[in-house]
Amino acid sequence: MENRTDKNSYTIIFAIAMVLIVGSLLAFTASSLKPTITENQRIEKQQNILYAMGVNENDESSANFVSTDDAPALFEKFILKQLVIEDGKVSEDDQAYLIDVKKQQANGNAGKTRKLPLFVGEKDGQTFYIAPIRGKGLWDAIWAYVSMDENMVVQGAFFDHAGETPGLGANIKQRFFMDDFIGEHLLNESGTFKGIDVAKGNADPKNLDKTDNEVDAIAGATITGNGVSAMIKSDLKLYEPYFKNLKNN
Amino acid sequence: MGLLSKKDAKLITDPLADNNPITIQVLGICSALAITAELKASIVMAVSVMAVLGIGNVVISLMRNIIPSKIRIIVQLVVVAALVIIVDQVLKAFAYELSKTLSVFVGLIITNCIIMGRFEAFALANKPWQSFLDGIGNAAGYGLILIIVGFFRELLGSGTLLGFKVLGDPIEKTGLYAIGYENNGFMLLSPMALIVVGIIIWIQRSRNKALIED
Repeated sequence: MENRTDKNSYTIIFAIAMVLIVGSLLAFTASSLKPTITENQRIEKQQNILYAMGVNENDESSANFVSTDDAPALFEKFILKQLVIEDGKVSEDDQAYLIDVKKQQANGNAGKTRKLPLFVGEKDGQTFYIAPIRGKGLWDAIWAYVSMDENMVVQGAFFDHAGETPGLGANIKQRFFMDDFIGEHLLNESGTFKGIDVAKGNADPKNLDKTDNEVDAIAGATITGNGVSAMIKSDLKLYEPYFKNLKNN
Repeated sequence: MGLLSKKDAKLITDPLADNNPITIQVLGICSALAITAELKASIVMAVSVMAVLGIGNVVISLMRNIIPSKIRIIVQLVVVAALVIIVDQVLKAFAYELSKTLSVFVGLIITNCIIMGRFEAFALANKPWQSFLDGIGNAAGYGLILIIVGFFRELLGSGTLLGFKVLGDPIEKTGLYAIGYENNGFMLLSPMALIVVGIIIWIQRSRNKALIED
């Protein structure tokens, strides 16, 4: 005897009903949670920017942000100006940290103008210039907030990733990797932009030489490391004219 | 009578050893390779799979009499994908930090063959409570192997456990490193997970000859 559930008509009706139910369930979940998720992401950006300029709760070896409750107030306090650089023209915009770097990169690649956000912060009398950059790792996007002084010497960095391998590429967001960038020069001796290479076979694993434009790579994470070097080279280079101007004035 | 009948208890204990999904059924190898380079990721993955497999098995079991057999695989896939996406969204809204740690596992959970395997082999033919136990048991068996592999790979590959430098500092040359010990970077690469799993299979089968197939 043929089972009721084997009929073609039953199968088709079941499939349609399933798609409708699951589809609306997912749509409902996504749309009802969206405001909370967007808010979380906004605060995370503030935490990331603050982290890069050294406003964080790092203990001995682990990387910790300021708490989500304090982040908005601290962001107000430490970030003095938010700038947008567009075709070499600099303007202020207090929502610049919400600029979607991915979208702007696509604009840039399509030949349109790319907005470059830059955040100017001050802590203990020192001025920090923090730029968001974005690139590709092994599996998915990687991005970073790099804080520099007016000579383009890195003062702090926060790296993050969407889906790098745990234990290997994902270690770019560990202190031992991020802290290596502190003090590294982005310019070479003659003052032109060189970037920072995530180098294998580095003769300087303790990273004592800060002017070699190199940090030590993570074993087993070559492609993620190359992605880090590439995004520093391509994205931070765009800020070079701004810093040149800064010195001339 | 304890909390579980003997038959029910076997649903949990069997997959831990003699019917382990990884070492006996050889399912879920792909994620066992991908994420066992450190212990913490192994533990997180074990817990996530346990939640998804436990709930998924119950859902499939409840629907077992109305699922058309011709499209049952698709139905299973839809159930697990919907489940994982909902959990991911809820975590993003209410436990953002945790969701960031888990993000990389979401895709791996959906494609994990243990989940489809248990839906197909057990939940479609059994009652919800038994299916729930079966799900938890199999996820625990899977997690157990993951944690063993993660333990050895992190210890021998990075010299750390859960991020703590248990063997001393390789750059400052303290602890074991002072007497010339070196981390085996090879342990961090995925093929070594297969070799560790292979060793576990070897030990298990040499202790229990009944598991050896002709």
